[in-house]
Amino acid sequence: MKASFFQKHRSVLLFSFMGTLLILVGVFQSWSVALTIFNLCLVSAIMALGVNIQWGYAGLFNVGVMGFAALGGLASVLISMPRVDEAWKAGGFGILAGFLIIVTTVMTCLIIWPKIKKNKRWRYWIIFILVILGYSGLRIFFDPGVRAIEDVNPSVTGYLGGLGLPILVAWPVGGILAAGVAFVIGKVALGLRSDYLAIATLGISEIIIIIIKNEEWLTRGVKNVNGLPRPVPYEVDLQQAAWFQDWALFLDLPLDDASSLLVKVCYALLFIVVIAVLLWLSETALRSPWGRMMRAIRDNEVAAGAMGKNVTWQHLRVFVIGSAVIGMAGAMLTTLDGQFTPVGYQPLRFTFLIWVMVIIGGSGNNWGAILGGFFIWFFWIEAEPIGLWIIAHLTSSMEPASPIRAHLLEGAAHMRLMTVGIILLVTLRYAPEGLIPEKKRM
Amino acid sequence: MTDLLNAIVLLSNFLIIPGLTYGSQLALGALGVTLVYGVLRFSNFGHGETMSFGAMVTILTTWGLQSIGVSIHPLPTALIAIPVGIIVTIFFTLLIDQTVYKYHRTRKANPVTFLIVSIGVMFFMGGLIRFIIGPGDQIFFDGTRFILKAKEFKELTGLDEGLSLKMTQGVTIITAIIIVAGLFWFLNHTRTGKSMRAYSDNENLALLSGINPRKVVLVTWILVATLATIAGTLYGLDKSFKPFVYMQLLLPIFASAIVGGVGNPVGAIVGGYVIAFSELIMTFAYKKVVLYLAPEGTTVDSLIQLLGTNYKIAVSFIILVIVLIIRPTGIFQGKTL
Amino acid sequence: MTGGYGAADILHDCTIGVEKGQIAVVVGPNGAGKSTAMKAVFGMLPLRSGQVIFNGEDVTQLKPEDRVLRGMSFVPQNQNVFTSMSVEENLEMGAFIRTDDITDSLNQVYDLFPVLKEKRKQPAGQLSGGQRQQVAVGRALMTQPKVLMLDEPTAGVSPIVMDELFDRIIEIARMGVAILMVEQNAKQALEIADKGFVLVQGHNKFTNSGKALLANQEVRRAFLGG
Repeated sequence: MKASFFQKHRSVLLFSFMGTLLILVGVFQSWSVALTIFNLCLVSAIMALGVNIQWGYAGLFNVGVMGFAALGGLASVLISMPRVDEAWKAGGFGILAGFLIIVTTVMTCLIIWPKIKKNKRWRYWIIFILVILGYSGLRIFFDPGVRAIEDVNPSVTGYLGGLGLPILVAWPVGGILAAGVAFVIGKVALGLRSDYLAIATLGISEIIIIIIKNEEWLTRGVKNVNGLPRPVPYEVDLQQAAWFQDWALFLDLPLDDASSLLVKVCYALLFIVVIAVLLWLSETALRSPWGRMMRAIRDNEVAAGAMGKNVTWQHLRVFVIGSAVIGMAGAMLTTLDGQFTPVGYQPLRFTFLIWVMVIIGGSGNNWGAILGGFFIWFFWIEAEPIGLWIIAHLTSSMEPASPIRAHLLEGAAHMRLMTVGIILLVTLRYAPEGLIPEKKRM
Repeated sequence: MTDLLNAIVLLSNFLIIPGLTYGSQLALGALGVTLVYGVLRFSNFGHGETMSFGAMVTILTTWGLQSIGVSIHPLPTALIAIPVGIIVTIFFTLLIDQTVYKYHRTRKANPVTFLIVSIGVMFFMGGLIRFIIGPGDQIFFDGTRFILKAKEFKELTGLDEGLSLKMTQGVTIITAIIIVAGLFWFLNHTRTGKSMRAYSDNENLALLSGINPRKVVLVTWILVATLATIAGTLYGLDKSFKPFVYMQLLLPIFASAIVGGVGNPVGAIVGGYVIAFSELIMTFAYKKVVLYLAPEGTTVDSLIQLLGTNYKIAVSFIILVIVLIIRPTGIFQGKTL
Repeated sequence: MTGGYGAADILHDCTIGVEKGQIAVVVGPNGAGKSTAMKAVFGMLPLRSGQVIFNGEDVTQLKPEDRVLRGMSFVPQNQNVFTSMSVEENLEMGAFIRTDDITDSLNQVYDLFPVLKEKRKQPAGQLSGGQRQQVAVGRALMTQPKVLMLDEPTAGVSPIVMDELFDRIIEIARMGVAILMVEQNAKQALEIADKGFVLVQGHNKFTNSGKALLANQEVRRAFLGG
């Protein structure tokens, strides 16, 4: 009896369990921490959702998650930061000329490719020469422009700035930017077999991140872009508002805590709206005839192709949509942070973390991806304090100054890498469909 | 004439010798990846951490040896610690195979599943290594730093440019040559080696011929663990041991294996050098070389660098992506399963 | 034998067999179960009922690798050589289970297929279709088998190569090896056959000597084009 009860109400039970964990954190650590974790869980869940769209709907193994997230973050900067007019005057021409050259080269290549495709001997050489010419032209105009821009007030700006629009606009724009890049990548790489696709997307994502890290005229590189505008009120403003002071008094909370909590709750509400919309869209798509067709393609590509479905085009669509979601999540993350930190995007660790979320949660199932996002992120953050607490207790009988004890305490942080690895391995072996398996739909 | 010699020495010192060293490190790493791909038929993302693990055990053994005063000066003590590292890594790798990979092998899981499993192994090993040795930098090199110092070279030849050969560079290149020769002898002249090649070539036919798959898998993992330990230790000796670095090396190593033709050992080696030299060639500042070779009196403004130094890692990814799109089977026509 | 690949049986109570030094050929229309019968004899798929008797011994439960040890050898239709390995290495792999000196067998195969001796250092993947078949057959002979089973050895080769191949097969039979062969080119195969089995939809339809089957009107009309 118990078993079937669990099965039937699996999702609800698991989500409630998740909620309980967060409440426990709030009670035992602090509500501020709990809300921070909650917000990051939401963002991770959206990224996991994007990945799940690609994996669950089309069986595409995209490991380039961080690259798309970084593009989303870049969009936040480019949309919301104020223009640096001086920089534009100094180097704007060089940059624009450079871009023109890039676009011309790419277009030329795309246009002449169908014409030279037949000539197997020379076709790649021709493209190669075109690229070399384009690159040389690029450098001639680009370099002086870049130098000029970076010389404009380097400690504060040293870059072009953005469009000065409200930051919420950056969220969909981040999605669109990621979608555009995904389109190009998809056209070129989706023909690859799944583990090659994984390596290719990982490589491309690394390239994107390296470019973002190094092109200071665009992103300030390692200097980061601080002070991004916000969609929610600033704590300082809240603390000075009369209605807020009354409210804090009523809840019996110190002013600082209250303001930071309210800000976090505002973000949470924004994120929940986004996730709700995305989830509704995804679930509707899943149940629609289009969703059925996608699953048919995923389960048997050859048969679907034989039935006249344009598999490549459908894959491309799903890839682009999934990447757009990831890009949007990237923009949201940067907004939450309030700053754009290019060096923070470490593909190897966080991309795989998102994948662990999708797999543990239940690949192919949107709710599963969200749950996975919550669980794994929660665990990732809490593993260190919990680990420290456990080890501190286990070694409490030891000499306080013992080197072993010190080493174990230091090592508590690395337990989380080990445990996430073990969780993944155990899940793949004993519960490969994840916590919330894909519902078999007819 | 002296100008030409100077240019050659400059290139050798900053391009050719570092390229050979880095290429050897990548080649040894890529060999491990390509063997797993050929025989066990999956992309092993855990290989970087295996290299890190092997290096870690070697370092711990080296410290142990150093503390009891063992030394083979002028060579680094780590060299005698390597066999211990190899043995421990072999045991650990076989343990992982028995507890993790074997299950999926009997279920004939598809390559993507294996890849994800290897990511799990990567996480686990990464955490374990950091837990044991800490995440920081470990320098464990002892022994003379230079086989040939730049100053000595300049005195000997009277040239302006100096050529230096670090101990680690020499050790890496020579060890790589020995290991590669040994591996090839094994694969081409021993019964077990040939059976591995046969199994990699055509699994069904190999089974039909009576080749024991369990033995092939065992020998493969032993070779992989050995190669990984040596590659990891040599890299750590040359640059420094930092657990995180090995995760980063994973992509250039995969690039080397794929560019050369994954599944093909010769490809892995060639690929390693191709990637290493490409990285250096594309990001080298040719200003001084140009100045030596150009007629007297020419001045050059810029550094004459194709790509900024920060883009070094990007070069291997760019080459990888290009190869995957244009010719996924690589230079030597590896497998595309 | 009765059995198949999964739930549905392909073979229904079908019987095939061969004596030492004889050539037995299994023919029939597409989908008749010829290759299935071959694979069943070799142990590559399970039997629902029936047995495989080799040299008086019931080997039905043995895995294919173990049947090789007993003296059976199988040449698959596709992917029957190690393309990346040299001809000589392919032959060496054929003799993998042997622990004694294989030079005699090697020379025997080279005598039988002189072109292989010429190309023995070349990768098998670089050879022509007919030569690859020779490598495949040579590989199977390296265990000095008592029974050599071939699955459509002449599939996709030119008529000249086919004749040559059949000549070799006759030579091999003269050396005392029993040959069990599935063939698409029924007419030519039956001409060299001591015994012929015509399978239709998994049943034995006709069983007789090769000559008799060739003379049989029904057989001629149905499978040999009159």
